[in-house]
Amino acid sequence: MFPRPIEQTSPLSQALYKVALPVALILWLLPLIGVAITSLRPASDLAQGNYFGMPSYIAFENYWQLAFDSAIPRYMVNSLWVTVPTVIGAVALSCMTGFALAVYRFRSNILVFFLFVAGNFVPFQILMVPVRDLTLQMGMYNTWYGLALFHIAFQTGFCTLFMRNFIKSLPFELIEAARVEGVSEIRIFWFVVMPLMRPAIAALSVLIFTFIWNDFFWATVLTTSAETQPITAGLSSLNGQWIAQWHLVSAGSILAALPPVLMFFAMQKHFIAGLTLGAVK
Amino acid sequence: MTSFWKSNQRRLAPWLFLAPGAVLFAVYVIIPIFQSMWISLYDWDGLGTATWIGAANYVELLDDDSFYTSLKNNVIWLVLYMLALPLGLFIAIFLNQTVGGMRIYKSMFFFPFVISQVVVGLMFSWFYAPDFGLFYQIIEWATGQGIAVLADERFVTYGIIAAGLWPQIAYVMILYLTGLNNVAPDQVEAARLDGAKGLGMLWHVILPQLRPATFIAVVVTVIGALRSFDLVSIMTDGGPYGSSRVLSFFMYEQALSEYGYRMGYGAAIAVVLFAIMMIFISGFIWKMWRDERER
Repeated sequence: MFPRPIEQTSPLSQALYKVALPVALILWLLPLIGVAITSLRPASDLAQGNYFGMPSYIAFENYWQLAFDSAIPRYMVNSLWVTVPTVIGAVALSCMTGFALAVYRFRSNILVFFLFVAGNFVPFQILMVPVRDLTLQMGMYNTWYGLALFHIAFQTGFCTLFMRNFIKSLPFELIEAARVEGVSEIRIFWFVVMPLMRPAIAALSVLIFTFIWNDFFWATVLTTSAETQPITAGLSSLNGQWIAQWHLVSAGSILAALPPVLMFFAMQKHFIAGLTLGAVK
Repeated sequence: MTSFWKSNQRRLAPWLFLAPGAVLFAVYVIIPIFQSMWISLYDWDGLGTATWIGAANYVELLDDDSFYTSLKNNVIWLVLYMLALPLGLFIAIFLNQTVGGMRIYKSMFFFPFVISQVVVGLMFSWFYAPDFGLFYQIIEWATGQGIAVLADERFVTYGIIAAGLWPQIAYVMILYLTGLNNVAPDQVEAARLDGAKGLGMLWHVILPQLRPATFIAVVVTVIGALRSFDLVSIMTDGGPYGSSRVLSFFMYEQALSEYGYRMGYGAAIAVVLFAIMMIFISGFIWKMWRDERER
């Protein structure tokens, strides 16, 4: 194990380590902690310049104001309408593409695979003008499904990479055996491979949920009105209206960050397995 | 029909499984790349008729100061973003222990990566805010003179990069933590018996074993640096006086903002950004291709 386990070192360095941990964590999360505290300060404190002292009281009212008297809840619902279909669509499509690329040998296999991988890395701006135009022409501009459809297509690249590598690591003998039994390819996919893909599906789902929830660029390019904008774009436009009302900006930021954070803590193991692409075994 | 399917299904099945995903990916990702290249040769406002102007957009770019500012900032982003690797590795080594509660610490350190860049941008705007921002106050306390980072042309890009590094370091850290977890213990013990320790051990024994993690870390860090749109847009909107623009933001500004709808010019900027990215993408693909063959 590297570095040397702390239990094997002197009591002094063990004690130092135990002190250093929380100190480092607080320094690391300083911007987050600052914003979290600001979100609970009453507006009057900020007006009087009390930014760092004790708040005069804990102002949950900032959150109530956002929940009942702002567009934030609407934006959050819009985000869900984009995020959930994207997760389902991209994962479903990539189960199939990943299966095709992992199980069958055909001449253009590797070419198709690398097209998916490379496409996944391109800068968004090279797609912006044509995708916006296409979405307009299909009458899907400024709708949740227009945005979701693009996200499904784009995320299929990353998901294919992941699924293909995952299926490659499964024992191929299972498929061989089923073929000898005369099971059709479609039934092999559905009854032999799919049941084994649960961990991959879980990992991709949390990951894609977070990516799409946090997407800002495509939200600004493909949606414009408060009825359809996801939370990231919404928060950005509210930030423009709430000039220097930091108690609201902070509370809004915390609310916007909450769903992916909860998702992460609920499915931590899967999340990390997904991020490391399963490659750092 | 059924007998045809029965005898040919091994040949047909991959294409059936590929079709839905591949078609969608082609329509939304692969084809638009070429469409953008084509559009970059036109003068077009996105609505009216497009006029063919050949390479005029690119010629104009060569004479555009904002383009050079963006390009310069992109280089700064790329270089400084690479700091995420050593810093992420440092935190990973710091956290690679089995003291009680370690799991919680690891997830808390990873935290910044999970939140949206919009939120990260707002948090750092608050952090840098003149007069009351925490960073401003610390600088004022240390030097007697606060710095409004985001309003100062000298510091603004560095301020935004610092915000971007925060989640990026967290990402690299988790990659290295996973890597460290899988370093072969017998090799470490053997090296220890040979008297290796500290930096020597890290350099000669650990880093070679972390190579797969380093590769992924480089890939995601390069991509992250060149995709830097969200933070610039949220924190400064390219300002002050356009000094914090990067190519991705400059492209958006030209093609889709109050400055007008210059789709052709925007597409030309995107093509330049794509060309830069392509250098890196080809490198990644080449390496993955090699690994694939060795298997």
